[in-house]
Amino acid sequence: MPTEPAMANAPVHSDSATPVLLEVENLAKHFPIMRGVFRRQVGSVRAVDGVDFQIHERETLGLVGESGCGKSTAGRVILRLYDPTAGRIAFRGEDIGGVRGESLRRLRQSMQMVFQDPQDSLNPRMTVGSIVGEPLVEHGVAKGTALDERVDELLNAVGLSARFANRYPHEFSGGQRQRIGIARALALEPEFIVCDEPIAALDVSIQAQVVNLLQDLQERLGLTYLFISHDLAMVRHIADRVAVMYLGKIVELAPSDELYREPLHPYTRALMSAAPVHDPELEAARERIILTGDVPSPADPPPGCRFSTRCPMATPECSAREPEWRELRPGHRVACHYAGDA
Amino acid sequence: MAEQTYQDAPLHEHRSLWMDVWLAFRNHKGALVGVGVFAFIVLAVLLGPFLHGIDPQYLDIQARNAPVSWSHPLGTDNLGRDMLAQMLAGGRISLAVGFTAMLLSLVLGTGVGVLAGYFKRLDGLLMRSTDLFLALPLLPLLLVIIMLFRDTLRAALGPETGIFLLIVFVIGITSWMQTARIVRGEVLAIKEREFVTAARSIGTRERRIVARHVLPNVMSPIMVSATLGIANAIITESALSFLGLGFPPDFPTWGRLLFDGANFISITPARVIWPGLAISLTVLSVNYIGDGLRDALDPRLRGT
Repeated sequence: MPTEPAMANAPVHSDSATPVLLEVENLAKHFPIMRGVFRRQVGSVRAVDGVDFQIHERETLGLVGESGCGKSTAGRVILRLYDPTAGRIAFRGEDIGGVRGESLRRLRQSMQMVFQDPQDSLNPRMTVGSIVGEPLVEHGVAKGTALDERVDELLNAVGLSARFANRYPHEFSGGQRQRIGIARALALEPEFIVCDEPIAALDVSIQAQVVNLLQDLQERLGLTYLFISHDLAMVRHIADRVAVMYLGKIVELAPSDELYREPLHPYTRALMSAAPVHDPELEAARERIILTGDVPSPADPPPGCRFSTRCPMATPECSAREPEWRELRPGHRVACHYAGDA
Repeated sequence: MAEQTYQDAPLHEHRSLWMDVWLAFRNHKGALVGVGVFAFIVLAVLLGPFLHGIDPQYLDIQARNAPVSWSHPLGTDNLGRDMLAQMLAGGRISLAVGFTAMLLSLVLGTGVGVLAGYFKRLDGLLMRSTDLFLALPLLPLLLVIIMLFRDTLRAALGPETGIFLLIVFVIGITSWMQTARIVRGEVLAIKEREFVTAARSIGTRERRIVARHVLPNVMSPIMVSATLGIANAIITESALSFLGLGFPPDFPTWGRLLFDGANFISITPARVIWPGLAISLTVLSVNYIGDGLRDALDPRLRGT
């Protein structure tokens, strides 16, 4: 992994660099909690609860947060693997929140996903060739020798040999399996790919390879990524802009350089302070902000600011009134009453 | 890439799935023996009557309870009927009933299990029907079904075909519930796996997801149910025959031979041993074949 945040592309700082590809407004996904003999709904887990962001063409938006904050759910709702409870998802300006059936199937051609667990995301009973070729067959894009050729091409594109097409997933290492998953996601030439913690299950040495592959592919094919991760260093490396999520809401969104240089939300600051620095001297001097308490249950989030129960700067106002989603600087938005004051 | 190996493999070696399965199956000794034994039994019941020409119904009252001899290789029963001829004729019926009933119960059980496991809307309805079938007292039910339909079917399709279809149907619809429950459980686990989500995210149609991703991954329990199902069907058929609800008394099946012979176990124990052995060998060989097939169909166990 490079020691400095080396970007593949120039970071997109202002909101108007390239056209908006995907826009999410007030997106929510609540999972019902059913209890009792009659399976009555007694509450709901607010996995994603009012999220707004935009992703521009050819940009990588990093989505970070701790386990259970709803980042994977957000990615899956955007791809319509779950139906949104509320809000609007616009892809190329077209609302896709309520699309179903055949039109949803067509839409899937332009939006794909790379999964977290490369072991679990490949059917153990299918050959690599048929896994990578499945999208092509399903959408009737290619058949026969054209299909074989396209599969070989895809395997080559992700750095695997076309000789592997007849083998089964269990014969590969984790990194190779993740490449197979990426080849499958690329098969239909999508514009937008949600990478759901694509490196979390891999060795550190392989992580860098996979991330570099994703960056190469982005440059070559003009892809747009939503990169979901809890690895702050990796997100800094790959993302142009970063959104920080806490308990179903985005608390801060900024160009990645700026966010890492000057985090404004107290939660972002605590998160950053928890990530080790590679320079031993800096590491020794690193001041850690230790948060007390646990993340509240998403089934019963605290009133006002979600973070108020654990925030070192919280005042009574924080638990009384929900903070606005303010744009403090161009392209840098924060949801905190006191951000930028100090 | 440093990760690449197998550089020596040819680019598009033509490895068909069934070739791989056969290669792996060949390495399973038990399964090969099973195939041998089962093939022998099937060939014997199909071709045997042409070599051993005695009519199984012919009563040679002077030669009753005869021991093993050249003219009666397995001896005779208390009415002087040739045991070998009865075994061969009975084997045809027993095997046919066993297989057809097993297939019917497997199709029903797998269908119900997959639908209930995969489609949440159908789960309640289908599983409650399964419970209903499990809770039904089977014997009275069988009595009623056979009483109601035996004569109608006989009249419509002839005595043998009519009763054959009736028995297969009765055994099939009373033995699918265990399969359905096991398959449903497996499907519930499989459908939460990420490769199913992945299939959905690339726009695979639901029925293809079921056929391509769910069904092949629940093969193992289905195979086990199938092999046990044959045994179960053969035995249920003999129980029905014993109660007088199955094939007519002059119509030999392995189960009927076994029950008829049980009364004479002290005089001619061979009358119990031969049909018993035939049933056990069939069940055992089918079990081993199923075992080998299950291993051969799983790429992880297949090796390379």
